[in-house]
Amino acid sequence: MWWKILMGLLITFVVISVFLMPPPQKELGDISRIFFFHVPVAWVTVLAFLVAMVNSILYLSRKDPVYDLQAAISSQLGFLFAILATVSGAIFAKNAWGSYWNWDPRETSVFILLLIYGAYLALRSAIEAEDRKANLSAVYSILAFITVPFLVFVVPRVFQSLHPTDSIVNSQIKIQMPPLVLLVFLSSLLGFSLLFVWIYNLEIKVTILHKKIKGSLTIK
Amino acid sequence: MGTKSSTWTSRVLALFLKDFKSELRTRYSLNALVMFAVITLTVVSFSIGMFSLSSKVKSSLFWIVIFFSAMSGLAQVFIKEEEAKTSTLLKLIASSESIFAGKLLYNLVLLLFLEIIIVPLFIIMLGFSILNFWLFLCVLVLGSLGLVCSTTIIAAIVAKASVKGALFAVLSFPILLPLLVTVISGTNLASEGASFSQGLRDLQILFSYTVVMFVASFMLFDFVWEE
Amino acid sequence: MICRAVPPKSGQPDLPRPSYFLICVDIFNQKLDKEELFEYFLHNFMISLEVKNLAKSFGFRKVFEGINFSLKEKESLVVTGKNGSGKSTLLKILAGLLRLSKGEVNINLESQIKNRGERRKLISFASPDLSLYDELTALENLEFLANVQGLDFKPDELNKKLDEVGLKGRGEDQVSSYSSGMKQRLKYVFALLNDPQILLLDEPGSNLDEPGLFLLDNIIAEQKKRGILVLATNDKREIKYGDKILNLDQQGFSFIS
Repeated sequence: MWWKILMGLLITFVVISVFLMPPPQKELGDISRIFFFHVPVAWVTVLAFLVAMVNSILYLSRKDPVYDLQAAISSQLGFLFAILATVSGAIFAKNAWGSYWNWDPRETSVFILLLIYGAYLALRSAIEAEDRKANLSAVYSILAFITVPFLVFVVPRVFQSLHPTDSIVNSQIKIQMPPLVLLVFLSSLLGFSLLFVWIYNLEIKVTILHKKIKGSLTIK
Repeated sequence: MGTKSSTWTSRVLALFLKDFKSELRTRYSLNALVMFAVITLTVVSFSIGMFSLSSKVKSSLFWIVIFFSAMSGLAQVFIKEEEAKTSTLLKLIASSESIFAGKLLYNLVLLLFLEIIIVPLFIIMLGFSILNFWLFLCVLVLGSLGLVCSTTIIAAIVAKASVKGALFAVLSFPILLPLLVTVISGTNLASEGASFSQGLRDLQILFSYTVVMFVASFMLFDFVWEE
Repeated sequence: MICRAVPPKSGQPDLPRPSYFLICVDIFNQKLDKEELFEYFLHNFMISLEVKNLAKSFGFRKVFEGINFSLKEKESLVVTGKNGSGKSTLLKILAGLLRLSKGEVNINLESQIKNRGERRKLISFASPDLSLYDELTALENLEFLANVQGLDFKPDELNKKLDEVGLKGRGEDQVSSYSSGMKQRLKYVFALLNDPQILLLDEPGSNLDEPGLFLLDNIIAEQKKRGILVLATNDKREIKYGDKILNLDQQGFSFIS
């Protein structure tokens, strides 16, 4: 309970200070404020993916439908956050570098996550039987997760040659952030993570209740 | 009375040969695969016309054709078993590991056969010059192996879905991305005449990808195959 | 070398009952490997099938629950019930084609057999849900099925099997040219290829004409001499094949001696 309040406070703090404080990157100006939303949202996408994969593994080893439910919900949320991350990234790219899409390695990775989520949800909607749906989507989730290290390793190599756009994003992280910026950034990171956890838990409870009302009651 | 004598490899081979024989007789996947590849190639060649392209672009186009052809034909190996209701038969007589290996081998042979047809055609129709042929061959074979290792289990997944459509391509693409990126880069290097040592990095990535995906698919296949 | 306290087969009263010491010596002398050991047990011990508290649900839809029965060698069970009562589902679970939701299915050959490969060797299944490969000939199908299971049959042996089910001379024809009755007969050849200890038949009389039903009668009689038979059917005439009857509608048991 307390963490929900904390989350509320954090996000309020973040939203207010993002617009009131001086922009974190002077060269880029106001657009750099998006940094406080874009990066945490991208981080949550990755977090959701991790949660989905862990739940998938748990489902395959214990066969409890709750894990499948959790994996599905985590993926749905991850999909939403991936869209947010991609769009906010594109807006930033347009303002900072002139075009919406640059195949910058970071952008590409988030987009690929978006594709993976999309594929996962497409798979789930293509199967009717509950146990088949759970098994197959769990397997796919794990497979997708395994390819991610390869993506991380391979993608930057290829797209490096195109555009040194990453340096700007990197410089904000590598260079010591001024204390205020750091504070707002970390609060945003924590706030969004907690937001994810909150929505995740809520969705699970709602879905379980929904299933109980429908009369299908074998959830432990 | 039958005497019992078999090794795991002979069983896998028996499964492979059955698919092979079956395919030769119906030519179901083979036709789709080859026709699709040839048509795509023709379209590409036609739309490029006299325009001159860099070897990077040609390498990419080559693998795009291979990728989409694979997407059109490699899922059949499991779909036809489900549709003909012969998958029950397989489950009764063979372990899931042997079935996976058999189907993987079959898909590999199918893909390699397709490439034997496509590579010469591509070279001719698009004027694709390959300076380091051995590197190209290594990248091709290793890349095909990697492709088959990761897509066979996805084919098994798609066979169990009710709405198949483009599901195979949608599911395979994110998984194949690292492979596609690497294989295009390797093919490009081979085309430009880079030495083997320069291409080694790509080959290493392909090799590790193939091994990892094979092991993961092998372990996860049971969950897909068993009801 | 496994030397456990083992109740040896006591079906034939005129044979002396060997002590387990002698069994160990026997195994040791023959220097059997794992597969041969399995064969050894197969020929010397009785098979039994035990189902405890079996339940199956598909997602949230319950098909059946609380199924209990046990069968010893030479016993047969007939499963009846309305359409959709779960007869085929039960058989598929016994065949290892479907996972059970709750309970246990134990196959015992001296001790419980947990290895899936070994269970596969003991069980055979024939059902309308099963098809052979249409594009291959009957002989090609059988050769394939034999090879994958590690069984060695010469072509004339297979032809003889085809003769036995009334498919004489049709071995070289593609299965797609077969009538449904002929396909059913071919399924029986497949089911009996590995001399199964446990034979599972789902709607065995479907598609069969009079001679076909007569053949079925023989097959069932043979199986009852060899091992365990479980049969699922709606046909009143086939109920006579069972020593025990399981009616899935009432979840009750009746015995026919």
